[in-house]
Amino acid sequence: MSVTVRIPAQLRTLTAGSGEVAVEGSSVGEVLKALDSAHPGFGDRLFDDAGALRRFVNVFLDDEDVRFLDGLATPVAAGQSLSIVPAVAGG
Amino acid sequence: MCDYCFGPLEVTYDYERVAATMTRERISAGPRSIWRYADLLPVADPAPVDLGAGFTPLVRADRLAAELGLGEVWIKDDTANPTGSFKDRVVSVALTKARQLGFKIAACASTGNLANSVAAHAARAGMESIVLIPHDLERAKVTMTSVYGGKVISVEGSYDDVNRLCAELTSEQPTWAFVNVNVRTYYAEGSKTLAFEVAEQLGWQAPDHVVVPIGSGSQLTKVAKGFHELWQVGVLDEEPSVRISGAQAEGCSPVATAFAEGSDAIRPVKPNTIAKSLAIGNPADGWYALDAIRRSGGSCAAVTDDEVREGIQLLARTEGIFAETAGGVTIATLAKLAAQGVVRSDERVVAMVTGHGLKTVEALAGVVGPTATIAPTLEAFAEVMEGDGESMNGSHAGGAR
Repeated sequence: MSVTVRIPAQLRTLTAGSGEVAVEGSSVGEVLKALDSAHPGFGDRLFDDAGALRRFVNVFLDDEDVRFLDGLATPVAAGQSLSIVPAVAGG
Repeated sequence: MCDYCFGPLEVTYDYERVAATMTRERISAGPRSIWRYADLLPVADPAPVDLGAGFTPLVRADRLAAELGLGEVWIKDDTANPTGSFKDRVVSVALTKARQLGFKIAACASTGNLANSVAAHAARAGMESIVLIPHDLERAKVTMTSVYGGKVISVEGSYDDVNRLCAELTSEQPTWAFVNVNVRTYYAEGSKTLAFEVAEQLGWQAPDHVVVPIGSGSQLTKVAKGFHELWQVGVLDEEPSVRISGAQAEGCSPVATAFAEGSDAIRPVKPNTIAKSLAIGNPADGWYALDAIRRSGGSCAAVTDDEVREGIQLLARTEGIFAETAGGVTIATLAKLAAQGVVRSDERVVAMVTGHGLKTVEALAGVVGPTATIAPTLEAFAEVMEGDGESMNGSHAGGAR
């Protein structure tokens, strides 16, 4: 199914400037892998050598940090959106 | 931040060059604010965006030390900053740089203290401000932000939700200076001035142990950097060996948990604590704070909300300083680490008290209040005093409550 992924400014060089792209996948991990296939380069930017999300990369499924869900195994339903968001300093 | 991995960028200086000009005499001749340390700040400006942040009192706290069984304890009283918290240090640096870079709008996500400071400094600089806060902030913090005339957007969510929204907004509004996002590198450096001042106020000596509250972890990391830099540029004679301990509230203690588990992984949490200024469930600099604590031989602990309230009262009762909840976290953690023997009586200890108690009076609702409410007569007054074992003619034995 098609899922919308919101791309932060720092990664828009990989999507020809687009802030939103649609890719296929039924879990968070599948969606992000499909994103890397459609727009090569995302894999290096999002994942560490062990295949986990990098320390300063946050991924939200709708409004929830996927680390509070099942991480990359979290199922994704049609109509949901993923947001890739850099970690931010305190305030 | 780093465009590749999103990690924080670190400012480096040409320390040899700074050392050639930065002397104790030059610092002493400077303004009584953070700007006396301009040589080690990432922006040079003859007229910075300045409300007078910094150079706050370092108070010897003998009564507090006696209660905790410690020897030499000092309070860095950052309640004395222009908007009542240490955030004035970072915002003064951030907006000075932002103005230089041509930004006209200052923005931030905030748990309150940063909001107060950004709104005030933006007003001072003649910049517009757009501040995003969680909807359940303490009333004083909302008023202290709104009064400066900028836009204040109350978001129905937690601070982490606000932070995420702000991070996404940064992509859509690249012409706004989000102090804790796209000018964060400059912003964070302002916290080093806490260490600079402590060393100067101790007669150009580093303390043995510092207790620092942890929200995002940035302040603690920069305090460690600050002491080291003073030695690197020759202002301190000896390489400092400062143990740095972190303080968190149990309701939001991802760094303390990782420390206790001996883990490098900081697991995000959903905050639930009265210490809202530290309620950051996903601390961006948490890993760096953990690393600084471990390298220094310090510790990290978390305290309950009741202990936070007791910490606020203990500091007020013993030293006459009214701290907000984050200060209560710091004092309660200091007490806990002292009881555990982690903070030792042979150490010169500094506790960072980073915000004013008037910002979070809700935390003490029902805990402190009038000793008695009486009719306006001498008899009624005498009755209350005698009921408490006091005499109107005798000397006060103290502790009347």
